[in-house]
Amino acid sequence: MKLPLYQTDPARTTRYLFFTGKGGVGKTSLACATALKLAEAGRRVLLVCTDPASNLEEVLETKLTNQPTPIASAPGLAALNINPVAAAAAYRERVIGPMRGLLPAAVLRSMEEQLSGSCTVEIAAFDEFSGLIGNPDATKGYDHVVFDTAPTGHTLRLMSLAKAWDQFLDHNTSGTSCLGPLAGLEKQRAVYEGTVKTLADASATTLVLVSRPQLAALREAERTSQELRALGVGNQCLIINGIFETRCPADLTAQALQRRGEAAMEAAKAFIGSLPSFVVPLRPINILGLGGLRVLLDGEMIAASVTELARDWTPPEMESLKALVADLETPGCGVIMTMGKGGVGKTTVAAAIAVMLARRGHAVHLSTTDPAAHVTQTLAGQVNGLTLSKIDPAAETAAYQAEVMHAQSATMDAAGRALLEEDLRSPCTEEIAVFRAFAREVGQGTNSFVVLDTAPTGHTLLLLDASEAYNRELQRQSRSSQPEAVLRLLERLRNPAFTRILLVTLPEATPVHEAAELQEDLRRAHIEPFAWVINQSLLHSGSCDPLLQRREAAEHRYLREVVDEKSTRTAWLPWQPEEPVGPDALAQLASATLQAPML
Amino acid sequence: MKTIQVYDPPMCCSTGLCGNDIDPALVSFAAMLTQLGQQGVKVERYNLGQQPMAFVQNPTVKALLDQEGVAVLPVILLDGAVHLKGRYLTDAERATLSRAALGESAEVSL
Repeated sequence: MKLPLYQTDPARTTRYLFFTGKGGVGKTSLACATALKLAEAGRRVLLVCTDPASNLEEVLETKLTNQPTPIASAPGLAALNINPVAAAAAYRERVIGPMRGLLPAAVLRSMEEQLSGSCTVEIAAFDEFSGLIGNPDATKGYDHVVFDTAPTGHTLRLMSLAKAWDQFLDHNTSGTSCLGPLAGLEKQRAVYEGTVKTLADASATTLVLVSRPQLAALREAERTSQELRALGVGNQCLIINGIFETRCPADLTAQALQRRGEAAMEAAKAFIGSLPSFVVPLRPINILGLGGLRVLLDGEMIAASVTELARDWTPPEMESLKALVADLETPGCGVIMTMGKGGVGKTTVAAAIAVMLARRGHAVHLSTTDPAAHVTQTLAGQVNGLTLSKIDPAAETAAYQAEVMHAQSATMDAAGRALLEEDLRSPCTEEIAVFRAFAREVGQGTNSFVVLDTAPTGHTLLLLDASEAYNRELQRQSRSSQPEAVLRLLERLRNPAFTRILLVTLPEATPVHEAAELQEDLRRAHIEPFAWVINQSLLHSGSCDPLLQRREAAEHRYLREVVDEKSTRTAWLPWQPEEPVGPDALAQLASATLQAPML
Repeated sequence: MKTIQVYDPPMCCSTGLCGNDIDPALVSFAAMLTQLGQQGVKVERYNLGQQPMAFVQNPTVKALLDQEGVAVLPVILLDGAVHLKGRYLTDAERATLSRAALGESAEVSL
């Protein structure tokens, strides 16, 4: 598949540009590079960043605030940084602040937790966008405003539901009203409506979907594309970032990487062909300074081989997965969970652990949520003592939605039903539906091993914490309608002899920072991860491709960061030329150590 | 016509969908309130996560919160008097409250 290189054409660029895509696909880098290009073409550009973990200040070599700051070395370019977590905190404070001193501290704490969900962060971010889009004065000095993120479909639908607004604004408090997060909004309805309208105006707004040449990332982009298109955000294009063509035909690692990318693009070709699509070649990971941004879009060649760079470095102490398993098996039973963002290889790591434990004579139950579940399919009936099951998030969510709609819809008017349906499409709903299935599986870990490739989010656990405290206080009353598996869940998750959590990450900036955030959430719920697993490392790959050598060298700082600052134990897994399928390949992956280079 | 006031614990939404304590009684309760509202009962519903000021302004609810904390929620008031606290109604209790709110029976007991 031959696609054009992504290039910025100022003459055809809309006033607003929104870059969207899942963590680690490079949307912040591409948004910055695009803004820089527009500024260099003589436009006045405001770059709006929302990624709290981004290295944007490093890239722009400028300290940013929530007000536009001119970038000295790029005339015409100004940038501002919205921290969505801080925005959500400010937003919570608008609701809770006036109550301090009026309500007991414990009551305030429970309100705070309730307003810490992903919905609140989304709505708070939208609140900030709206200040820049819905109010023309805010950006009148700029020709273009470039955002490194976009509102989700859920947020836009909420904003478009008249019923939601009526209930929120009129404080019509009877019946169903489900817009908790809207309570902290501070602008006028007209501003939000103007924002929604601008997003749907093809002459004003372009939605740039950023993806990688990986099947999961392309599927995710396709879902986002369809969801936002259905809401009228129709001016879309796709950038596939990180296309790799090796210049080292003898290098097995490089060849396999190239083949995998090509296969993913081929599998998603119907989607790719359905909208203007562009590619950006793979670059060395560290895009630093404005020079680095120019490299990203200008395709500067990598000069010489950097073999010495990769070889002269001594990696920190890391174990094989097999060594971790030796300790995981000591209690003879319990729950092992792999956690991390999508695409880091949670299912593979969970499957490898399950295979190792079963081969050491334990009864093991492996439960995965991977929709493709290729790994689990290839294990069926292959290993003595290993049983398999699947939590299908889509099916669990659909069953939950149907259950609620069935109970509710008969007595509601059409507008109320629409609002309830939207509620049921919120990210919380899937979390809750999967959580119920998860609690079932964990309950089985009392006399065998249960290995899960999923876990509730930190927010869900903290809500559970709140409701557990609630149940404790209410023991004299028979309020609890929860099954025993759910009631005992938190206690089980907190017991390090029963539950061991492995945080899975890739040796790259965004996945490491996301895993670190997850660890913080777990700690707030008094759960301590057992170890980190760094997956798909190119270290010691022996590649002769200069680009892969650079990427290998770029891993160093993230390997160090994990081992030195984040984890107490770290296991290391090498990048695999072929996806590990079947028990032998998984066992081999788990046995890989740094002392024995793969090639 | 009678008035029902409901003071919910902090929830993302009044259906309780977003909490992990999925309580079918809560969903049915929301539906019942909608119905009563359509039949002319004055229904006010406050969520601690959304309208905390309402909790502070009602002396009965404020006193309960001060004494018993958030565990006292939900508090359900019928014409200003505490009808039920700490949990939602069972099927039978919903029918009783429904009749009382519509003035079909003078004798109400739980």
